[in-house]
Amino acid sequence: MRLELRQVTKKFGDFVANDAIDLIVEPGQIHALLGENGAGKSTLMNVLYGLYAADDGQILIDGAEVTFSGPGDAMAAGIGMVHQHFMLIPVFTVAENVVLGAEPIGPFGMISIRRARALVTEISARFGFDVDPDAPVEDLPVGVQQRVEIIKALSRSAKVLILDEPTAVLTPQETDELMDIMRQLRASGTSIVFITHKLREVQEVADTITVIRHGKVVGSASPQTSQADLASMMVGRQVDLTVEKTASTPGPVVVEVAGLTLVGPDGRLLLDDICFSVSAGEILAVAGVQGNGQTELAETLIGLRRPTSGSILLHHSDAAGRPVTEDLAGKSVSAILEASVGFIPEDRGKDGMIAGFSIAENLVLDQVASKPFSRRGTLDVAAIAANAADKVTQYDVRAASPSSTVATLSGGNQQKVVVARELSRDLALLIACQPTRGLDIGSIEFIHSRILNQRAAGTAVVLVSTELSEVTALADRIAVMYRGHLVGIAPHDTARHVLGLMMAGVPYDEAMSPDQSGEPGDPGQGGPQ
Amino acid sequence: MSTTLTQLRAEDLHHEVLRPRSWKLPIALTVFTLVSLAGFCFTTPAGATSRVAIATGNSWLGTLIWSLPSQSALVVLTVIMAALAGAGWWASLRRVTRVGIVKIGSWTSVVFGICFVSAFLVWAVAGRGSVLQFTSLLSGALFLSVPLVFGAMAGTVCEHVGVINVSIEGQLLAGAFMAAVVGSLSRNPWIGLLTAPLAGAVIGALLALFAVRYWVDHIIVGVVLNVLVTGLTSYLFSTVLTHNTAVFSSTVRLPTWKIPLLSQIPVIGPVLFVQNVLVYVMYVVVILLQVLLFRSRWGLRLRACGEHPRAADTLGVKVNRTRVLNTILGGAIAGLGGAYFTIAHGLAFGKQMTAGRGYIALAAMILGGWKPKGALVAALLFGFADNLQNALGVVGVQVPSQFMLMAPYLVTIFAVAGLVGKVRAPAMEGKPYKG
Repeated sequence: MRLELRQVTKKFGDFVANDAIDLIVEPGQIHALLGENGAGKSTLMNVLYGLYAADDGQILIDGAEVTFSGPGDAMAAGIGMVHQHFMLIPVFTVAENVVLGAEPIGPFGMISIRRARALVTEISARFGFDVDPDAPVEDLPVGVQQRVEIIKALSRSAKVLILDEPTAVLTPQETDELMDIMRQLRASGTSIVFITHKLREVQEVADTITVIRHGKVVGSASPQTSQADLASMMVGRQVDLTVEKTASTPGPVVVEVAGLTLVGPDGRLLLDDICFSVSAGEILAVAGVQGNGQTELAETLIGLRRPTSGSILLHHSDAAGRPVTEDLAGKSVSAILEASVGFIPEDRGKDGMIAGFSIAENLVLDQVASKPFSRRGTLDVAAIAANAADKVTQYDVRAASPSSTVATLSGGNQQKVVVARELSRDLALLIACQPTRGLDIGSIEFIHSRILNQRAAGTAVVLVSTELSEVTALADRIAVMYRGHLVGIAPHDTARHVLGLMMAGVPYDEAMSPDQSGEPGDPGQGGPQ
Repeated sequence: MSTTLTQLRAEDLHHEVLRPRSWKLPIALTVFTLVSLAGFCFTTPAGATSRVAIATGNSWLGTLIWSLPSQSALVVLTVIMAALAGAGWWASLRRVTRVGIVKIGSWTSVVFGICFVSAFLVWAVAGRGSVLQFTSLLSGALFLSVPLVFGAMAGTVCEHVGVINVSIEGQLLAGAFMAAVVGSLSRNPWIGLLTAPLAGAVIGALLALFAVRYWVDHIIVGVVLNVLVTGLTSYLFSTVLTHNTAVFSSTVRLPTWKIPLLSQIPVIGPVLFVQNVLVYVMYVVVILLQVLLFRSRWGLRLRACGEHPRAADTLGVKVNRTRVLNTILGGAIAGLGGAYFTIAHGLAFGKQMTAGRGYIALAAMILGGWKPKGALVAALLFGFADNLQNALGVVGVQVPSQFMLMAPYLVTIFAVAGLVGKVRAPAMEGKPYKG
């Protein structure tokens, strides 16, 4: 099936998300759609999948124009989509999820579970998946859930499969396996639209690359194009992909975490005997697949959760400059902030700022009760405004005025506000969680350089990130978490596939051993069967 | 290919995770054991007997009346209760949740509840001349639970599709009104029964209009609708109905049917199969919903809309249409239950005659874990507790009515203490789907 988009335009109010986009997907081809966060890739695919109505333009299948009034039409036309946030119903079984909307009907008009099961088993067998049709989806790991999504699309005989940022939730090994699946699908005649912003993956698997920037197609490229060239097409200027990082010169130990254990209210072990230390002028990255305890670790360090046991010793200097050691475990958030700890939360919209407050107010949220921003219980508006003017220039926050609400800012500028606030104090320890999630490359570069500045100034940094490229770019050492457990701490130059194995729970020594360190592209057990 | 995904070596990493102990169940059981000991055992005179009619003349067994020595029976029951409480302490202390296929939490509380209620009944009729009619105690309970069951079914359908239906109360009331007025106009209870769902459906449609179409908070719309229906029916009652009683408020009554053979099964026969027509309708509704919600295409799509509407949308299910239609259906089910208040009893309509049963139905739905069969059991429990005062009144027991009014809530305490399992509401209930 040949799919063609002509001059597709989609507007949200005044904002043009897709501006006259042309795209041709040839049969049996993996077509990568490359672009930064917010470039309009997902919007385009939602138009193609019938979720949004295009304001202008045509969709042609094998040369004939089609109109989709909903996803049902798109599916009927042979288009399947695996969404970035899975469209699976957690309490349903795999089989129920796969047949929903196209249920096989058995006796008495009931759903034939037997046929639904057979459908899942048949497609799983074709691609060598091992998926239990009767397992509730919520009990499956994300990698398997993604396969359920693929089975769902294939069960509706999709000829074109759209994969929207499919690797965001996967370990490197799972990513490699997914690419094998993509090649298998291509071999069986399915074309794939592969949406991503990761250059390495595009080079590895794509046949053709279309680059989108600010809602417009800026060109196409072949997989042989260098990463630097792809990046500059994507961003629109020369990008330096490697972060300038000097060799680490760690000072004295700043924070020592020992035996940190956290049991959740439902009795689940969220953090299991975590031990590590970070020195001044050092970045310890905490890597792992989303949901393996990193969030809980950060929240425990900053005092949002009270650990069940363990200690967090912080060595810093008090107001008079004398060295002190404090155990932060069980202390209140304000006491921990007072002990010169900074925190960049992973969800800036929810935990990092107050959307309806102005930029100026958000910049002093943590210091609003003390001098110089308030005196005798009254806000010093002039001091707050002066601080805002200063920070907005320093951090290049693009806003109409410091008094506009942060809700009006783009994601990158919002994050700059959060970072500006957190770095405005002298920090002994900075905890940065997913500091660049969802940002454009310009903002990413900026925030990375600010974190490196902190390192140079002698702050100990704990960087929690699920982006492996960010981890390897910034870290001095890499701690890998798996199911609340610290699998190990690896040096910053550890190979990608070793980190991948550790993210699946394999200890460092074992991951480094020769029988595990096969070629990165080959997961060992993979390959068409 | 999937080996790296499935063999995640969890066993190497995980220590045994200790469940936190829960003391709710053993504490509740102990308290009620003590109540039984002090309140029942010690206050019963020695030598008194309690007479309970287990079966009546019509059954295959003939008439069967037990004469129990009250004190011995109470001691036996209290010892069983103490043993169950002990088992509860043991299970909590050792973190045992099940023995074989028996779940400790639910089974101990169910058996305990039966023992406690039996002890209460034995105590209440001890030394009296009259006989406690066991079957009428149960069949009365079933009959009283009818509006609760219909209401809970309405709630279950609506919540599974993602709409919180607080207007069950109003739907019951509208159904009661419609059934009575139409029944009276037509002099035919069957026509009344058929129109009752229409009235409920109209309220359901209003709920759907505001909740689904205009994204108004579901609970607020529900409460407003309840007030609206109360006001409207009360107004019509005092203007139209009372001025022309002969036309609008003459009473009609749905018949009570006795199913041949089945009704002669000892104990359960007269309970289940000598009932008002509305009770048989209820059986059908509960069984249909239990099967269809979890096994049919309609049910799967409906639940998808309540769990993850966006996912349902991406699969071509029209979310808001499904929500509207099934909210109307839910209203119709509650409206049908409203007929209980009037034509099932042969009563004319009265102001606010539903008296909060719609809210109790909502509680039954939650206690039943959003499942039709669970909601049925919960509603029966409430109905039983409600009926105790009638049954005891007949025997001539003087229990303060305030205490009897507490009974449903005592039942709830037991049920909730035993409900340690995971019961979850549909994930996206009450959240508008904006496409």
